[in-house]
Amino acid sequence: MPSTCAPLLRVRGLTVSYNARSQQPVAALRQVDFDIAPGEIVGILGESGSGKSTLALSILGLLPESAQVEGSIVLDGEDLSNAADSRWTKVRGAKVAMIFQEPGLSLSPVMRAGDQIGEVIRAHRSGGRKQRKLEVEAALKDAGISDVDRIYRAYPHQLSGGELHRVAIAQALVCRPALVIADEPTRSLDVTLQAQIRNALRDINRTYGSALIFITHNPALLTGFADRVMVMYAGRIVEAGPVAQVYRRPLHPYTKGLLQLVPEPVQYSGHISGFVRRERLPAIPGSLTRFDQLSRGCAFEPRCSARTPDCQIESPEEIVPELDRRVSCFNHGN
Amino acid sequence: MGTEAAARLALQPALMRARGLSKRYLQRTSFSRRSFAIEALMDVNFEIAPGCLTALVGQSGSGKSTLASCLAMMEKPDCGEIWFEGNEISHWNRRKLAPLRPKIQMVFQNSAGALNPRFSAAQIIEEPLQIQHREIRQNLRARACQLMEEVGLSADWANRSPLELSGGQRQRLAIARAIALKPSLLILDESLSGLDLSTQAQILNLLLDLKAAHPLTCLLISHDLSLVGQIADFIAVMHRGRIVECGSAPQVLGSPQHPQTCKLLASVQVLETAFRTARAGGRS
Repeated sequence: MPSTCAPLLRVRGLTVSYNARSQQPVAALRQVDFDIAPGEIVGILGESGSGKSTLALSILGLLPESAQVEGSIVLDGEDLSNAADSRWTKVRGAKVAMIFQEPGLSLSPVMRAGDQIGEVIRAHRSGGRKQRKLEVEAALKDAGISDVDRIYRAYPHQLSGGELHRVAIAQALVCRPALVIADEPTRSLDVTLQAQIRNALRDINRTYGSALIFITHNPALLTGFADRVMVMYAGRIVEAGPVAQVYRRPLHPYTKGLLQLVPEPVQYSGHISGFVRRERLPAIPGSLTRFDQLSRGCAFEPRCSARTPDCQIESPEEIVPELDRRVSCFNHGN
Repeated sequence: MGTEAAARLALQPALMRARGLSKRYLQRTSFSRRSFAIEALMDVNFEIAPGCLTALVGQSGSGKSTLASCLAMMEKPDCGEIWFEGNEISHWNRRKLAPLRPKIQMVFQNSAGALNPRFSAAQIIEEPLQIQHREIRQNLRARACQLMEEVGLSADWANRSPLELSGGQRQRLAIARAIALKPSLLILDESLSGLDLSTQAQILNLLLDLKAAHPLTCLLISHDLSLVGQIADFIAVMHRGRIVECGSAPQVLGSPQHPQTCKLLASVQVLETAFRTARAGGRS
């Protein structure tokens, strides 16, 4: 159970701000607290610009130097908040790894796929070339690749979008990190491939017990996959809890809005269901509040349908309405 | 739209019609002289009904974008006919095509790459108006601001660079540029992929509003059947360079005939049904 055993990752009071031109620093993450248990799959849900990727980069120690970081990040009992670069190099790839959004850009175009994956092993362990090749082939198989030989010898430009994703997954998992962060790994893929990649990640999670943070903007992708979900808005976690409970009864108006965006299938006269044809789609009005324009009140207030005068005056504190759930909203009951 | 309304529209002469369209690309293998042909389009027959929203759906690599570029006259098909507003245009030369081009406008997937970063938002919209002499110089800025307001961008942003805008705002700007010339056909080539669900919904609502306000026909290209299925009047499904199924949206979604359509539908339905079950409180 997530709450009882010692967490694999403990993040407390994480605040990341960037220096903006001529203005005061802009906070991209504000007072973020959460735990990840070993072997758990946690989804982070939010629109682009809500701070999801900044969160991922700060757990990996990959933020640019201009970023000011406060708070603590404890991974596997080790406090990494002030770790030196040399320490991060040892941790990245071995204990925590990342699958980036565009694998085509994160892979080197002039190295064979197999060699790139082997490089990760070389950076963290000693061992012979033959042993390394076997491990790489095993990792490619785990990532769901059937013709391992061809992929091993291929350069990234010779691979399709789905294959590139699998190579990126193999590269992240080859050293069996305890925590894997996947930053919208299925964004540019078509629906069939999305499902395949998601299944490959779940199989790996079950086989090796790696914890997984899955960042996405589509709530439907987390069903039947993630254990818990954290909803982010304007750099804060506004709601968190088990996927089943949050989806059944969302408490924050933003979560409610996100959930109703998923297209609704209906039963057409035929035997297979289609989609409701709509004159207008449900949408959350407005766009994400710019970080430099945040006021004292709740960041979601300008777009919120359930707002009250209180929401403009102060930002809601986080409350725990029931076991394992958290929400930051004055009107969470309605 | 009901089936009858769709059938009524289908009786009107098509705005654009493709007959037996084929296109192949020659590709060379790296570091060798051998080349092989990729059949991007094979004997494609396709119609776009006026005033409707037609969706072209298929997996990546199925030939959707090639078909769009042929219809937009950016590529010449190897053989076949393209009829637009009653004329066969596939063999027309550049000079003859020039007056037709403003009537067909495209919005691309990568909005950051499609908009000139050295232009301001207003300049981007003004450029086509200026080239086509649609507006006198004094009125250009006012017209650009008006178009920006129409697509939901504040006119205060007229002097911003497109790089300062978010992905959804850039796509709105690209749509404003496309509708500036009052085209009869607007082609959106995967313009929604890469955007958030909430932004996708907003942009689709914008399209519906524009379609209600102007005599506009839309061709929406996407790999996401669940997204376009909600608002399309007609759906065509592409697979390996061929159109394997087309018809009104209720027809295609309600009783899909081709295995590829079933596959596309099934893959989204597994996800969405699990999501509905979870929302309703059942086990997913």
